[in-house]
Amino acid sequence: MECVFGLVGEGFAVVAADTSAVHSILVHKSNEDKIMVLDSHKLIAASGEPGDRVQFTEYIQKNVALYQFRNGIPLTTAAAANFTRGELATALRKNPYSVNILLAGYDKETGPALYYIDYIATLHKVDKGAFGYGSYFSLSTMDRHYHSRMSVEEAIDLVDKCIVEIRSRLVVAPPNFVIKIVDKDGAREYAWRETVKDSIASSA
Amino acid sequence: MARYDRAITVFSPDGHLFQVEYALEAVRKGNAAVGVRGTDTIVLGVEKKSTAKLQDSRSVRKIVNLDDHIALACAGLKADARVLVNRARIECQSHRLTVEDPVTVEYITRYIAGLQQKYTQSGGVRPFGLSTLIIGFDPYSGAPSLYQTDPSGTFSAWKANATGRNSNSIREFLEKNYKETSGQETVKLAIRALLEVVESGGKNIEVAVMTREHGLRQLEEAEIDAIVAEIDAEKAAAEAAKKAPPKET
Repeated sequence: MECVFGLVGEGFAVVAADTSAVHSILVHKSNEDKIMVLDSHKLIAASGEPGDRVQFTEYIQKNVALYQFRNGIPLTTAAAANFTRGELATALRKNPYSVNILLAGYDKETGPALYYIDYIATLHKVDKGAFGYGSYFSLSTMDRHYHSRMSVEEAIDLVDKCIVEIRSRLVVAPPNFVIKIVDKDGAREYAWRETVKDSIASSA
Repeated sequence: MARYDRAITVFSPDGHLFQVEYALEAVRKGNAAVGVRGTDTIVLGVEKKSTAKLQDSRSVRKIVNLDDHIALACAGLKADARVLVNRARIECQSHRLTVEDPVTVEYITRYIAGLQQKYTQSGGVRPFGLSTLIIGFDPYSGAPSLYQTDPSGTFSAWKANATGRNSNSIREFLEKNYKETSGQETVKLAIRALLEVVESGGKNIEVAVMTREHGLRQLEEAEIDAIVAEIDAEKAAAEAAKKAPPKET
């Protein structure tokens, strides 16, 4: 029931992901951050097999860092997306990773970008994308309300609409979401949308 | 004796590994490099042999980043340096991936020295012809470090050191003039040491400064020229003071 979705606005890209770590019928935790900061201006929102998700995205992150040290300049979003997809494709017919990825980034020359990379190494550059059961609801909502060059307020409003839709219509909807944004000032956390707090001792 | 320098794996009768010693000769012919450790700043300086007019000097970087908090300068065969630096960079990221921690300066120095030693023992390959100066801050304690490795694979920590051409003169100067410094004083000490053997001027030396907060920063030629001018002025003032004393009291 993992939900990941994102969209591109005017000079920024925003991604949202649910924060539940689930094993069969048990919720391990509801504050698992599934959106990794790949480098200063890139975000990877990943969903899928928990082990693969962490191992694969960390592997990509370290290789992106290595490229930067070797060459003195960071990878472009497109290059990082193609590299990620290449790794998935190479492993596909031997030892596949079960990870779906939305890669959001900002390049000075080309602006914001969002890439849809699924577990069998499909790569699409998109304006809006989503993974998981939640995608049935978030894609429809985004199709209805999205227009190009949205402002941050409009985009966050649309993200909230999608979260409301998922919460009300998905049978086992995740309670909490994290929203992260990337623009010319870098990649950073924007907000959390919580209905359940993961605190240790609630009042008895 | 000549028979014993052919293959690296062979000791000479008097216990020398000639290939390693010849590698050290190669280092002695390389550009002068100096490293100085301060309390909050570490400085690397390298001699820049006069660049050809048509050469783009920005593509010849002698002081390189291994990670956000570690930098390296070397003296000797620059092509060998490229190989070693590449392996070290990969190891820095690999370490971060497997243990989720950045490397310590000592770890990566031990790794590089280990690589250099490997090539003094395996058959058929020659050693790396370079000595490195590695600087960095410990990721947790924040303590500054300066290490040196050489073709034999030995390494040790230093407060200040030099390698390459005329390194003995530079080391002598440092032994006489070293004191705990911080910030700009550390930079000046490093440049003063390098100017002992290098022609004065910003275009003949490359200097990089590492601090805990800002990582590695390469100094611009203009900045180096300004500091060199300061140093020259201080030297002139010291000379004048030496000649003037009788007027005092």
